[in-house]
Amino acid sequence: MSKNILVDARNTYCPGPLMELITYMRQADVGDTLELLSTDEGTVDDVPEWVNKIGHKIVSSEQIDEAWHIKICKLK
Amino acid sequence: MKKILVIGGGTGGSIVANNLSRQLSAKIRDGEVDITMLSASDKHMYQPGLLYVAFGEMMPDELYRDQASLLESSINFHVDPVEQFKLDENWVKTKSGKTYDYDILVIATGSRVMPNKTPGLSEGAHSFYTEKGAVELFKGLRDFEGGKLAIVVGVPHKCPIAPVEFTFALDQYFKDRGIRDKVEIKYHYPINRIHSIENVAKWAKPEFDKMGIEYETLFNVEEVDVENKIVKSMEGSEYKYDMLVSIPEHHGMPVIEDNDLGQNGWIPTDRHKLTMNGHDNVYVIGDTTNLPVSKTGSAAHFEAESVATNIASIIKIGTPVTEYDGKVMCFIEAGHEATYAKFDYLNPPDLKTPNKAMHWLKMSYNKMYWTSVRGLL
Repeated sequence: MSKNILVDARNTYCPGPLMELITYMRQADVGDTLELLSTDEGTVDDVPEWVNKIGHKIVSSEQIDEAWHIKICKLK
Repeated sequence: MKKILVIGGGTGGSIVANNLSRQLSAKIRDGEVDITMLSASDKHMYQPGLLYVAFGEMMPDELYRDQASLLESSINFHVDPVEQFKLDENWVKTKSGKTYDYDILVIATGSRVMPNKTPGLSEGAHSFYTEKGAVELFKGLRDFEGGKLAIVVGVPHKCPIAPVEFTFALDQYFKDRGIRDKVEIKYHYPINRIHSIENVAKWAKPEFDKMGIEYETLFNVEEVDVENKIVKSMEGSEYKYDMLVSIPEHHGMPVIEDNDLGQNGWIPTDRHKLTMNGHDNVYVIGDTTNLPVSKTGSAAHFEAESVATNIASIIKIGTPVTEYDGKVMCFIEAGHEATYAKFDYLNPPDLKTPNKAMHWLKMSYNKMYWTSVRGLL
């Protein structure tokens, strides 16, 4: 059964949101959805670039208050 | 009597125990508080020194001290690693079969390299994250007369600044040997800039360009073809090397996973209180947390100070008095110069121009660490 995994990378600079996402993505199973929370403006470009290159899927991306919420489905 | 039990004798565990010992000295003397530390080893290693061992600048024996010599005399220290945690009943069981009950528990068991998680990496790549690996890497570098040298970085990894430091040191090492023009250095990094800290990436990129260091970003190692000396990424690219150096993926310690305390050995932790989620009398510090904070001795140090202050205040006045603010301060070695990155949850790193004085401060800190881990610096 697929899981929803929250990755709270708000207000962090090192290792940073994308590195956090990669960490949790490696632990996740195919079909799981990861929701990344980030206050780093660059995340909205950085994350889709990696996700598309590696072949996962961006489910949604929206800004709520000061944080970006990006949902990614692990496809492989 | 209040029993405080510290699991792990690394940087975080040692500082928390020593600070508590001094802050609660009167209560320990009066028999109201007991501090016990359980560790897997009677030795304490200064892990950042491994980078220098890899270049023949430090000998392995310089990295160690007897753990007992670093602790205040009022701390009961036992080399007897924990094998079982019973957090709902406030006791642990050790390898020797003894049980220790507690009122307050601090878990600081650290992390370990997991090169075996990537096919071919153990056999095909050097690494400086263990004493044996650092010595073998030095011998490999000493015998390297030219060719393609690749650096790859696993996720997550301890000491995020190490890949950049190692690459600068490589450039300097081959220049010093007079064969830099015969060595092609290629740096590979998991995200889409050459370091996770944006300011470090902005500073290091032109430095790499000046040094003639090639780099490829969005490169997460998938496997190493040892026979053909090719490293392949999850993103679909590959690189043929003559020598490969990896910063391997890290996990927490097996005892954490064996007791279902956290996936891959990382314990879910409150980012300000540093308590384990769901357990207010259990604190987690250093690499063992799942926090989005650098896995470094520096983070462990500042976390330990915060936790010790709060445990002492809880015992004295019944409430914590501070919160961990995400503070980290890391030296960054850049050949014969150095700089530093200091940041917390709200303030990004403001990188200074590298200089020789900071390099010598770092070299001094390599000795001062032993004062730091006693909680005196």
